[in-house]
Amino acid sequence: MTIKEVQDSIVDEFSLFDDWMDKYNLLIDLGKELPVIDPRYKVKDFLIEGCQSKVWLHPEFDGNLITFTADSDAIITRGIVALLIKVLSKRSPDEIITSDLYFIDKIGLRQNLSPTRSNGLLSMVRQMKLYAMAFNAKIK
Amino acid sequence: MKDIADIRADFPILKREVYNKPLVYFDNGATTQKPQCVLDAVDEVYKSYNGNIHRGVHFLSDMSSEAYEQSREKVRSFINASKSQEIVFTSGTTGSINGIAFSFGESYINKGDEIILSRLEHHANIVPWQMMCERKGAVLRVIPINDKGEIILEEYYKLLSSKTKLVSVTQASNALGTILPLREIIAAAHSANVPVLVDGAQGIQHGIVDVNAMDVDFYVFSGHKIYGPNGIGVLYGKEKWLAELGPFQGGGDMVDKVTFEKTTYNELPFKFEAGTMNYPAAIGLAKALDYVSDIGREDIASREKELLSYATDRLADIKDLRIFGTSDHKISTISFHLKNIHQYDTGMILDKMGIAVRTGTHCAQPVMDRYGIDGTVRASLCFYNTKEEIDFLVKGIEKVKSMFA
Repeated sequence: MTIKEVQDSIVDEFSLFDDWMDKYNLLIDLGKELPVIDPRYKVKDFLIEGCQSKVWLHPEFDGNLITFTADSDAIITRGIVALLIKVLSKRSPDEIITSDLYFIDKIGLRQNLSPTRSNGLLSMVRQMKLYAMAFNAKIK
Repeated sequence: MKDIADIRADFPILKREVYNKPLVYFDNGATTQKPQCVLDAVDEVYKSYNGNIHRGVHFLSDMSSEAYEQSREKVRSFINASKSQEIVFTSGTTGSINGIAFSFGESYINKGDEIILSRLEHHANIVPWQMMCERKGAVLRVIPINDKGEIILEEYYKLLSSKTKLVSVTQASNALGTILPLREIIAAAHSANVPVLVDGAQGIQHGIVDVNAMDVDFYVFSGHKIYGPNGIGVLYGKEKWLAELGPFQGGGDMVDKVTFEKTTYNELPFKFEAGTMNYPAAIGLAKALDYVSDIGREDIASREKELLSYATDRLADIKDLRIFGTSDHKISTISFHLKNIHQYDTGMILDKMGIAVRTGTHCAQPVMDRYGIDGTVRASLCFYNTKEEIDFLVKGIEKVKSMFA
């Protein structure tokens, strides 16, 4: 699936629910599917510091695609990371850099997870793109 | 005391819903909501008599200036200061402390001098002193707390020495709710000839504050935490201190004569009020203080005590919930943590139920470090809250537990 197709399927899934509680239950379930980071990467170097919950994000580059693994100490945040990984993991650096992540708005996450809420959502996206740029610079 | 339904009707925002659910506002420690009379007072300034204060000879400027000075007098009487010259308007608690930290540091602090704070301070009463200490080569000393979240007075007495130049402590902890033993703190400092600053950000709204009876040297608070507008705060200082201290900001209105060679400063309190002050907010604050006085400060204190005791009992009954801050002397603020559930998760779900709480470190990281935790959920109540709302919070917490179990 393309980045667009994955985003559209996420938007479809969330649109099944009107109630915020159901959306959060879905996020909690998604968090359980998160490809869990190797404990040795759960260190400061891979920490994305939000104000409220911690996120560890590790990129693995095989010369072609980047694979992300992650974890968070908060379960809802873990669900959000899981969504980002669904969309952006196992992609080429170029795909990641140029991706337009419209699903965040469409499922109503941005309004609830704005930068001032310090959930780190935007820092996560920024960090994923930064890794992609770094790997891109390496191969070019 | 006014009926609770009538009190709530005074606050328009309390009628609103969030996510189609009635708002339960338990974040009063961060900021309080405003009664209609305060909104009207600020509105009225802009509609009817807005003119910059102390400058023009014209009608509107005169009217604004007079209302502004009347507000100063209201503040004076509210905290029972001796003179209105002792009341300086600032942008808030943070602005007041930064100002004093600067001016006091410039006037009195030398290398090796010490400032005493408590472990319970929020960042606004830590960082300005750290900045001053760095500039002057002075040292911060910190009064430790016990497991209940109370400062240990014996340790404080040991910290006081000939090196101590100032003690700056909060009236009540924003993170744990503990009320500090100010009488003992001030008496001991004064017997060592050390002045005391009390940060009233979490104190002024919960009961009667009498700076004369306290014999405190500086007292600061924010308007928005006592039902007034944002962007206005108060710095009270005994006249003898304010007269000696230099200004912390330069600009218009604080000057007497300005030439490029030298400037002489205006008299108190104008020396400390540089530039255009937020006079509409000061006027709104005076209205808020009137409102609080009308409700009755003793009544507010007793109602909040009752809410605190009810909430503490209800929360203590919840399995796997730990309350941080268990002193017998507390404002109506309860910090808690649910076992194995991140405070952020708790806060997000409560929010979706319409319950506003604060999560995280509450700008008081040293307090969190003391308990080895990275944050709590904080419900800070005030007199317009109800027992029904507390019951709903308990329901919310049970819901959180069921979702994350």
